[in-house]
Parts: sequence; C-alpha cells; structure tokens
Amino acid sequence: MSQPTLIRGYEVVIGLETHAQLSTQSKAFSGASTRFGAAPNTQACAVDLALPGTLPVLNRGAVERAIRFGLAVGATVAPLSIFARKNYFYPDLPKGYQISQYETPVVQGGEVEFYVGEARHVVHLTRAHLEEDAGKSLHEDYHGLTGIDLNRAGTPLLEIVTEPDMRSSAEAAAYAKALHALVVWLDICDGNMQEGSFRCDANVSVRRPGAPFGTRREIKNLNSFKFLQQAIDFEVQWQIDLIEDGGSVQQATVLFDPASGETRAMRTKEDAHDYRYFPDPDLPPLVIAPEWVERVKGQMPELPRAMGERFQREYGLPAYDATMMTQSKAFGAFYEATARACGQPKLAANWLMGEVSRRLNAEDQSIEASPVSAAQLAALIGRIADGTISNNGARQVFDALWSGAGHEVDAVIEARGLKQMSDSGELERIVDDVLAANAKSVEEFRAGKEKAFNALVGQAMKATKGKANPAQVNELLRKKLGG
Amino acid sequence: MSAALHERGVAELGAALAAREVSGVELATHFLARLEAHRGLGAVLASDPEAALAQARAADARRARGETGALLGVPIAHKDIFVTEGLPTSAGSRMLEGYRSPFDATVVQRLAEAGTVTLAKLNCDEFAMGSSNENSAWGAVRNPWDTSRVPGGSSGGSAAAVAARLVPAATGTDTGGSIRQPASFSGITGIKPTYGTCSRYGMVAFASSLDQAGPMARSAADCALLLSAMSGFDPRDATSAERPAQDFHAQMLAPRPGAGAVRPLEGLRIGLPSEFFPAALAADVDGAVRAALAELEKLGATLVDVSLPRTELSIPVYYIIAPAEASSNLSRFDGVRYGHRAAQYKDLLDMYKKSRSEGFGPEVKRRIMIGTYVLSHGYYDAYYLQAQKLRRMIADDFQRCFTQCDLIAGPVAPSVAWKLGAQENDPVAAYLADIFTLPASLAGLPGMSVPAGFGEAGMPVGLQLIGNYFQEGTLLHAAHAFQQATDWHRRVPAGY
Amino acid sequence: MALTPQDVSRIAHLARLELTPAEQAALLAQLNGFFSIVEQMSAVDTGGVEPLYTPLSALQQVALRLREDAVTEADRREANQRSAPAVEDGLFLVPKVIE
Repeated sequence: MSQPTLIRGYEVVIGLETHAQLSTQSKAFSGASTRFGAAPNTQACAVDLALPGTLPVLNRGAVERAIRFGLAVGATVAPLSIFARKNYFYPDLPKGYQISQYETPVVQGGEVEFYVGEARHVVHLTRAHLEEDAGKSLHEDYHGLTGIDLNRAGTPLLEIVTEPDMRSSAEAAAYAKALHALVVWLDICDGNMQEGSFRCDANVSVRRPGAPFGTRREIKNLNSFKFLQQAIDFEVQWQIDLIEDGGSVQQATVLFDPASGETRAMRTKEDAHDYRYFPDPDLPPLVIAPEWVERVKGQMPELPRAMGERFQREYGLPAYDATMMTQSKAFGAFYEATARACGQPKLAANWLMGEVSRRLNAEDQSIEASPVSAAQLAALIGRIADGTISNNGARQVFDALWSGAGHEVDAVIEARGLKQMSDSGELERIVDDVLAANAKSVEEFRAGKEKAFNALVGQAMKATKGKANPAQVNELLRKKLGG
Repeated sequence: MSAALHERGVAELGAALAAREVSGVELATHFLARLEAHRGLGAVLASDPEAALAQARAADARRARGETGALLGVPIAHKDIFVTEGLPTSAGSRMLEGYRSPFDATVVQRLAEAGTVTLAKLNCDEFAMGSSNENSAWGAVRNPWDTSRVPGGSSGGSAAAVAARLVPAATGTDTGGSIRQPASFSGITGIKPTYGTCSRYGMVAFASSLDQAGPMARSAADCALLLSAMSGFDPRDATSAERPAQDFHAQMLAPRPGAGAVRPLEGLRIGLPSEFFPAALAADVDGAVRAALAELEKLGATLVDVSLPRTELSIPVYYIIAPAEASSNLSRFDGVRYGHRAAQYKDLLDMYKKSRSEGFGPEVKRRIMIGTYVLSHGYYDAYYLQAQKLRRMIADDFQRCFTQCDLIAGPVAPSVAWKLGAQENDPVAAYLADIFTLPASLAGLPGMSVPAGFGEAGMPVGLQLIGNYFQEGTLLHAAHAFQQATDWHRRVPAGY
Repeated sequence: MALTPQDVSRIAHLARLELTPAEQAALLAQLNGFFSIVEQMSAVDTGGVEPLYTPLSALQQVALRLREDAVTEADRREANQRSAPAVEDGLFLVPKVIE
C-alpha cells in the first residue's frame, strides 16, 4: 500500500466489490442463452422466470471460470463451497431470492498487483463467489409503470471482494483497470462495461490518520472507471463535509448520478439488512476435486505477471516497460513479435510506449486495431538500428504506414528518399566544398567560437538535403578543421 | 362387465387391456363418469374429458401398434401440486387460480410416456401444507368411509379418489407424511420413496429438502408398477439420485433367499421403536397395528425392539425446517409474472402485500411467518441450524436401528381420521399428530402406509413400514406378502 | 422467549404479508404456542454435529451435479407469459420502481 495522501486531513479508505459477468454460453442455473440485447424476456426460460416447479442446475462453465480466476490471483480454490439463498423482494428478482455464496465461497483470499505510475500496488482479495445476476427494470415510461425484462436474470456472476486496501480514488480506479484487464486476459469475462459485464460497487469511508475505520457508504453499480473515480471523489468530499459540520456518516447504499456527478442514498430495499441467508436446499455442496483444479491449471494462459518477468529476463526490459508491454494479452503478443523480428527489444518497447501508444490513445483504440503490424514495426526498427534512416526519417515512415500511404518500409524509405548518405567519399567532397564556401565560419571556429562549428554542420546537412548521418558529418568536420 | 371395471386395480386393468378385454377409451369413459358422479367428495379440482379421451385413444393406438406395458391405457389422476400443460395447476391455492404451466412435471411426463391417461387434477391442502385437506382454497375433501370426516392430507384428494375407486391410482407428494397419512386415513396403500427417487421438477415446491412424490393406489403391487414408471434420475433436479431405472414390481416379487411360499418373510427383521407405541396412542390404532404385526410374524418376520429416542423432537425440527424452506420457496408468488395480483394497490410494496395476503390462506401464512422468523437475523443459529443438526441425529438414530432390523414398523398416525373442522381452532395441535411420519421424512427414508384394519367408527387404520435408503423393494415385498395374506386393502367404503 | 406484536408485524413486513389486527392477534398466540413446543430443541447438545441440509448426505457425501455449458432452452415467451397479470411489449409491468 502506498503512502496515504490525505484529503482535508482525512485518510480515505476504499474497498471494491466487482461483479464480473462470466462469459458462458448459458445461464448459471438454466440452459437459456446469455446473449446480450435480445428482445425482452425472450431469453428468460421457465427456470429464469421462477415458474412453479422449476429447479436450478449449476453450469460447469461458470465454476471452471471461477477456478481460473482463483488460480490467477493466487487464491485458495475451496474444495467444498455452499450456495445459499439471499432472500429479498424485488421485481427483477424472480424467485424472491438470489442464489449466491455466503459463508463458504468458491474462491478465498488472493491478491491483485498493479502499477499507479511507476509505483507497484497490491490489493488483497477477501473472496470471490459465484452468484446469479438479476433482471432489469426499464424505467422509461410505460404510462407510469415499470417494465421488467428478465433476459439477464440468472447470468453467472463472479463477485470479487477486496479488503479495504485502497487509499485514493486513483488507486481504486487503477485496481479496477487491472482487475478488468485480468478477467479479460483470462477469457472469463468479455469486459464490456457499456453492457454491464463488469460493474463495481465501492465501499467508501474516511477517518483521521490512525483512527479506527469510519462508517462506510456503498456506491452501487459504477460501470466506468471514470465514474468510479468521480463517484468516490464526490463521496469523500460529502462525508468530510458532513463530519466537519458535526454530523456523522450513517451506513447507506448510494447511487451515482453521472449527470450531476453526485451520489444520493437509495430509497428502496429498506429492510435489506435481513436477507435470511440459508443453504439452498435445491443445491447440494459444490465439490471441486484437486484433479479439476490441476486440469484448469494446465490450461491457464501465461499470466501478465509471469509474462512481464519473462520480458525482463529474456529481453532485459526494465520492470516498468515490462508491465506496460503486458497491459493486455494482445499487447504482449504484439510486443514479443516485434522484439523477436527486429532483435531490438528495448527499441521495440520504446516505440510501443511512444508513437504506437500515443496514436492508439488519441484514437481510443487498443493494440488489436493498430494499422501498423508487428512485422512492419520490426522492419522499421531494423532500419533505424542499421543506420539506414534517422529517428526523424523513421517517424515519417511510421506516419506513412499508420495512414496507409505506405505499406513496405524499404519502399517508403526509397520513395521519400529518407535513406541516410553512407558514401563517405561523396560526403567528404561536400564537406570540402562547405569549408571552402564558408571561410568566415572556419576562422571564427578556429578563433574558438563553438557556435561557428554548428553553423558548418548545418551547412553540410543542408548540402546533403539532410540525408547525411549527422554524427558522420561532425566527425569529418572535426578531422578536417583539426588537420 | 363395465360395472366391475372400477373394482379392479392397476395391475388387473393392465392385464385386461393387454388381453384386449377392454380398451383405454372404455376405461377412461367409465372412470370419468365415476369422477363426475362423486363430485360431492370434493376430490376433483380440474378435468378435461375430451383431452382424457384423446389420451386414451392414443394409448389404444400404441397398443394396436404392438406396444405393451403394464400402464398403457390405465387411467390415473394427479395431485394438483404437479404442474401440467393440459390442465390448470393451483396447488390448492387461490394464489394460482387458473394458472397454466407451459410444461409438464417430470413425474407427469414419465407416467404419460408409460401410457397412463390423466383424468383429473386432485384436491390437496394449499401448497401441500396440512394433514386434513381442509387447507385447500377450493374446499375440503370428504373421506368416503365417513363423509363427515377428513381424508387426511395433504394428498387428500388423491386418497379419497382412490378409496372411492373414482380412479385406480393417483400421484401424491409427501413432505412430512402427506402420502402415508391420507393413505392410512382412507384405507389405501401409498409409498413415499427415498428422497431423490422421484424428480421434484414440476412439483410446486413446499420444502425442497423433504418433498418426495409417490404413488397412491389400492395395493403394494399397483404402487410398485406406478413407482417404476414415475421414478428415475432427472438431470433437471440437482437432488435427484443418479441411479439406474428400477423395476420395483420385480423387486417386490423376488422371493427372499431361503423363504418359502408359506413364510415369505422368513428372516426379515422388523424393528418396533418403543417411541412409536406411546401410552397416548389410540387403543383402536394400537390394536390394529399390533394385529398386523402378528400377521407379519406369521409370515415369517421376526419382531425386534428398537429405539428412535428423538421421535418427539422431530416435530419441532420438522416445523422449523419445512416452514423455513417454504417461506423462501413461496417468495416467488409476488403477483409479478404469474399468479394472483390484487385489484387495488398504492405502490409496489402495497401490491406485494395485498397480492400475497389475498392469495395465501391462513395455514400458508402461518408457516411463512414461522419460516421467516426462524431465518431472520439473530435467530438462525438457535432455530434453523440447531434443527438441521438434530435432523442429522435423527437420521443417525435410524442407521443405528437398521443394524438390528431390516424394516421399521409402527402406526402412521396416532388416531383414525377425525371429524371435519375438529382441529380448526388449534392449528398447532394438528402438528403433533404428524409425529410418526416426520422422522422418516427428515431422514429422507422410504416409508409406506398399508391398510391394516379398522378402528373407531369403522375408520381405516394404516400400518407404517419404513425402510433404509433405496430399500423400496424390501418395503414393497413385505407389504405385498401382507396383502396376499389379508384383504384389508380390498375393503370398499359403502356406496362406492 | 415469547414473540411481541412488534415481532409479528416486523416478520409480516419481511414476508410481504398484510395482516388484519385480528390475524395479527391470532398469529401472535399461535406462534407463541408453537415456539413453546420448540423450546425442547434448545436443550439438546448438538456440539460437533454436522447439520443435515440434504437428506442423502446422511448416506454418502453428496456432491452438486453440474450441467455442461450449452444453450438448451428456446424462446417460449408467449407460453411463459400465458398466466402473467400485466404484460406489454413482452415486459412484465409493475408499479413504478423507485430507486
């Protein structure tokens, strides 16, 4: 945990509960499709609607994904876990209870590592448990009524709960991003936040440094990193104001309104505090044999941390570069392909963190969308390394490749005449001409004016239309003037 | 010979159908007429004669194509707790008035595949909560042996219909005795198999960890035929036992090793828990049960004394666990997607409260209240958790007994059927009368009620037989042997 | 430990039941009658006893059976909504939900 940055003299304490929709074909407890965006209630089968007589049967794919997550965060995958009923009435909750895991979750402990700037952070997980999603209430007017769509009801969720480890909204957002990257990396969640596949609840409290934890308020359903940060920032100020005015924070569930940027307490579920949890008698204990865990372990992709360490080992990258190169599975693959092809791992990392990231960010695109392929980038880096082109020229080539104006690196260099002059005989002639034509500068240089030397270099470069290698020009001039 | 049709049981009717002596359509017509003629018993909640006859024609066509099968063309009826696509399902509740299920319960579907013809849906206590069938929103069912008395419950409609021979057999469900007790009160044979034997998919849930479906018929042989068809593994029920299909009829007939025709139960040890014969046990029941035990001894069985020390505790244990599960199972009845919705309400909360208060009857509300309370914050450990621990101890007590015996025997209920309305003033007292059926339900063991004679006012008395897990074969074998030697199960109430 | 009228109304609210004063009074008496027969339970020492949540676990360890992840249910909206009290555009209608 980093040094807590105080706000108005208060320390901020944040814990996150994240609901990741698991990327299964069918629902957690029924054979209905989980596809997003179908017509209302066309993907709510008898079980999802809790029609009389229906019973739940758990989806193996959901459990498999939970195991994968548990292994990825170094948690304990419980050999035996229990599904419980969380009882409350709500129109989008067809059974009048949500099947969830209460006392004995499937994933216990674990941690998530991430960087804020160059500072490494670790957030400890309390647990991750399997549960079912609820339906949706459509509030747009049905002549004063609410419409209930249960297509989402029963979609498998992994609720990932952290310890109250975070001390700033920025840290919370960074954790959420890292977790998002991880579940996508693991292929257990599509990560689509617009569609609600990845939603965060933030438990926020403030306290004077060293004081016991303050009373927390839970901000529900934050479906963007920006909102997460805004909501926490507002909530922190609100709580501090309240305390400063002599009030005290009451435990509450609040909603964030992106329009106003404010949080406000929910008006429903007034008796939410008595959920009457008990083990679901329709579902015997979930037993996960060690063999199953081993099998999943065998199918795990290389994890970001392991890949990063390997990049440091095999390509001599600094830790920071390594984490940047492993921001997503695709990014890591792109980097590795480039580095292998050009044999310049550090240069490759620099280009990906520089030009490539700059343009991707500008267009709000991910690496998969890069118009410049790993092979092209490698070819370009190769030409810098062998002195064929200057960094300047390289940037021009990259432009051409990105915009699609050019496709083949050497062809672009040719076409735009970006090749540096390597024939030293010709360069020597040009330098001689320059010295002859600029006797004044030569004298001034000999008189000790360093500036004059730069002028001569400039003249020489001008005479070569910038194709000369500046280092080479310098060297020649010094030789001749010194002579 | 048509007058004689209803005097025959499932096995005999199956034989008659096989011999082309009678058609499925004739049987359906005959029993539909009886159901109609005796509406006064209050056993029938829904019936569609046209659809029934269509099923009968289909069964006859299957037979014409050379299909066989003991149940092909045999008419039956279902307890209204099983959802059916063809007939409305109300579970005896105003909450589900006119509800049409888009699918058939697995049990219903399997019996249909076996060729049975569904004549009607039968009355029961609301959501199977009760032991007199007086808790049905659609009125009480009368006991054909004395129409001023209850038939027992919750499967009271099934029991009365079979006893009055309006149908040869019916399905029932048993959570705390709802097959065995009405079978006993109405003088028929019923079996609750081991928990997990019949799929619960399509049974309107009362208490998920206790509910089991089973057949109610005139004889053990008829029950065996039906149970074989309705049981078996169902992937739609996560608590369904993964076992191969069982031929309970063959198991029933299989002679015991070393037993002869005269003493077919040679070597069978029957345990008598002292707690099942308390001083408070009605003398008529005690007499009939002991006479039946003597008969079993004559057939070769040996009686051994055993003990189920927590028999009395099973009452509070059951009446905590069952309502707790029920309070949650019945939360889906909120008037949003199906079922009763109040006509007038202020807002969502008001709609929930009014719809549920109008839709549920007093006993259901009582159990929802008990269940909600024992699960509520601060009470869970003292009530629900403690009850589930005692439940384990009760199950262990049975296993101790089964080291000394093969079957356990005793009365089904402490008395014969009581008068209608006798218990309406003290609903909680009625819970005490379930004392002998609750232990096997809590342990998930198979239990049976076999007609064993008559008691006060000529009312039937049932002998309860309890077996170890998945020992339905042993149960049915003993019951069948008893019924070969006695004719209690052939007695018919006057006028039917 | 007897229930109070307040307990009864709290539980009724949790269970979404609206009880008339008469029902309330009757239930209070009945529940207290019931809990008097429950008391004997608490006297039993259940230390170290595993609860029996599902009966067959008294016979052997019962493990939850899982289904393969496959879509097996087709759209049956019309049949499923056959008994719905209020539907429009395939949505179930309820009084406005205020969050």
